[in-house]
Amino acid sequence: MYSNNNSAVELNQDQKIQKRRKKSSTISRRKYYGLFFILPFFILLGIFIVYPIAYSIFLSFHKWDGSILAPQFVGLDNYVALFRDKFFYKSIFNTWLIWGVSFIPQLLLAIGLAVILSNFDIKGKGFFRWVYFLPVLVTMSSIANLVFFIMDWKTGILNQILMSLGVIQEQIQWLEKIPIARLTISVTLCWMWFGFTMVIFMAGIKAIPLEYYEAGLVDGTNKWQEFWYITLPCLRPSITYNIVTSIIGGLTLYDVPAVISASGAPQSTTLTMVMYLYNLGFRNYNMGYAATIAMGLFVMVMFFVAIAYSMLMRNTQQD
Amino acid sequence: MITVSKNNIGLSENIVIPEQIKIKKKVRPGRVLLYIGLLIIAVITFFPFYIMIINASHTSLDIGTKLNLLPGKSFISNIVRAQQGQNVIRGFKNSLIVAVSTTFLGGYIGALTAYGFSKYKFPGNKVLFWIVIGSMMFPAQLGLIGYYQVCNSLGLINNYLALILPNSAMANLVFFVKMYMDSSIPDAIIESAKIDGCGEFHIFNRIVLPMSIPSIAAMCILNFISVWNNLIQASVVFTKSEMFTVPIIMQNVRGFYRNDLGAVYGVIALSIIPIMIVFAIGSKYIIGGMVAGAVKE
Repeated sequence: MYSNNNSAVELNQDQKIQKRRKKSSTISRRKYYGLFFILPFFILLGIFIVYPIAYSIFLSFHKWDGSILAPQFVGLDNYVALFRDKFFYKSIFNTWLIWGVSFIPQLLLAIGLAVILSNFDIKGKGFFRWVYFLPVLVTMSSIANLVFFIMDWKTGILNQILMSLGVIQEQIQWLEKIPIARLTISVTLCWMWFGFTMVIFMAGIKAIPLEYYEAGLVDGTNKWQEFWYITLPCLRPSITYNIVTSIIGGLTLYDVPAVISASGAPQSTTLTMVMYLYNLGFRNYNMGYAATIAMGLFVMVMFFVAIAYSMLMRNTQQD
Repeated sequence: MITVSKNNIGLSENIVIPEQIKIKKKVRPGRVLLYIGLLIIAVITFFPFYIMIINASHTSLDIGTKLNLLPGKSFISNIVRAQQGQNVIRGFKNSLIVAVSTTFLGGYIGALTAYGFSKYKFPGNKVLFWIVIGSMMFPAQLGLIGYYQVCNSLGLINNYLALILPNSAMANLVFFVKMYMDSSIPDAIIESAKIDGCGEFHIFNRIVLPMSIPSIAAMCILNFISVWNNLIQASVVFTKSEMFTVPIIMQNVRGFYRNDLGAVYGVIALSIIPIMIVFAIGSKYIIGGMVAGAVKE
């Protein structure tokens, strides 16, 4: 990308000189002006996205504590350590498990609600959409704290409700229990994102040609058949897109588990990959190894980015 | 989930009945179930917010010992105590500076880029635009270590620019605004301005930018929210407590206030209410923009 930028600058300067010499603007010359307009964006992209990734690759072969001392070359040591690292595998497992448990109910809920809000004559559509979408926007760390205090054993609302209903006799330390701690994060994520997934499906449903439904009406379909044979097959691209983007988001999960427990308690069962990366890099100052973890994550994420990318490309080219 | 599937079944039974058109005015059981289901989900969705707002107005003792469902009177005193423990107002100021600057700078840079891609067919236009789309999908967390190193060597640690600059390259905005410009800004307008002797940059600032404001604004609201909520980048580059943004304060809220639950809930409410208000005003644009961008965090 750098070389592109440089050539862009050179081209533009050439153009400028030519412009000064001869102030005519034929269309063929004018088009190079566009490079000027896109330049600032690509400079920022180069400095803050491309370079950091390149530097992480470089650093994954080094040992560095983040200080002014230069990184030390260690060859493949970090990678060897990574493949033997129990916590790394554990963090991969945790991340996928937490994502999966949050995503499947989220997907079903979102499709159901999207169909109801799009294909049925419902009053107060705007209100429902507003409420369902609200959690998407709210600061994740605030939400995570809120969840923490709801689940808190001593003062938490969950224990208060259950005790006042007489379901439990004494306070339970929910977040100390392994399945519950993970489930809490999954439920929180599901609660946060189902509105977003729903809205994407609503856009997908809107794009289905009305003729399909009319043809269905002529054939005498009921709403259930209509959903099963028209809406759902037409939504297949939206479903794939939702799954892929959600995986990309899920693999980089950080805010909610990190706020509920910075170390991934209990027993590192809520430690995600990005949390592990952050803790090693910015708490233990083991930057080289943290960069290696980032590479492991990179390989996984890039696979799904490639899928999402090709889908988006196909759509863009159709337009 | 259960409620929804119930509703679907309820409805399908209901709609099979051929007389449905005649009895339009009558209350139909399937329809009632549907509304009940939607309302239950809405209540579940809103319940944590409700608890948060209610608890923010009670004393720590009340919050810790009983379930509160009606508003109390201690909101102001909670906030005052919260402010004494950690400078929350300063945090809001920091977040606001970062989010507003990013929104405007990113909006302008993004619109420039979109214009360049939309109206100038320079060689490499397509390839470069593909790169923009690629960067839209790309999670910033992957380069976290390198990002810290860049900020460190540019001297941007504990500087607002460390968060403003990277987030000003908003690929989703470029993507969305370019689509808008392709369809809504005719080349003829640009050509005629050209004939009138307008410079290229002048055309953008005086004609194209004002015409694209609706699409830019839609994406800017969205980016405002995502920068406002940014935790991981902020916690890497803002290490001094006077630079802490709202999400960092939220992350450390338990350390700051220990067992003062009133202060905790007060601060959480304070951090969420502004977003609820922004969303209430601009929900149409926000949802629309998010669908167009369609990239989750």
